[in-house]
Amino acid sequence: MSFAIKKQGDIVVVDVEGQLIVGNRQELKQRVLDELEKGERKFLIDFSQTGYIDSSGLGVLVSLSKKIREQGGELRLANLNDDLKTLFELTKLDTLFQISDTRERALETF
Amino acid sequence: MGASNSPSFFPDRVHIALEIEIPSDVRYIERVVEIVAMQCAQFAYPARQRCLNIPVALSEALSNAILRGNGERVGARVQVKVDVTRERLILEVLDEGLGFDFEDCLTDPTEPGNLEREDGRGLFLMTQLMDRIERFSNQGNVVRMTLTRND
Repeated sequence: MSFAIKKQGDIVVVDVEGQLIVGNRQELKQRVLDELEKGERKFLIDFSQTGYIDSSGLGVLVSLSKKIREQGGELRLANLNDDLKTLFELTKLDTLFQISDTRERALETF
Repeated sequence: MGASNSPSFFPDRVHIALEIEIPSDVRYIERVVEIVAMQCAQFAYPARQRCLNIPVALSEALSNAILRGNGERVGARVQVKVDVTRERLILEVLDEGLGFDFEDCLTDPTEPGNLEREDGRGLFLMTQLMDRIERFSNQGNVVRMTLTRND
């Protein structure tokens, strides 16, 4: 499990490779907060290579979204598979985030 | 032993039981989940259950055992008992803590006032993703989760 971060235009794109769970959520949080600190404001997390997410992982996404919004920015999500979509629907977090089916679509509309 | 003497594999008659004991450390969670998912794959459980219900619910139970039950105490252990048949999976997660009252901890994270909370989704997800959750004491705190195969 790891995170790859790169810039596409003015958007910071994070790929979550493997799981987003209690064991690695702090790493994701810190890496995104570091970018926010540097002045970045648009963030896209791509889950195309993600297995499963636990409640700690979901909690970190909620927390990051809040912190980014407080700085006038936005966190969006893309490429959730059917299982992850179900997880977001069960927790109603699909109502909190803007979720795109593809990375391209997310980047175009940001 | 020749092939003609090899026992045939009758998934409907087979029952896999195993016990896993790990240090009380969240870094072991992913590996335990992999082992359990592998057992369920032997019985060709539906992908949704193998990739969503089981991993998420078991991760939550293990996190609770490590972080709340054992309170991150150095030297503490967590035991996982796995009992799987073609029809159902039973998982027991045992920690060395005193346990907690499920009802007291079960808030609805989907309520508008809770939606932006960082915590409070763990037990909710376990109850949503498993068919039955029980908690009892047996030389420690045990959470038992039952999932019925649904294809």
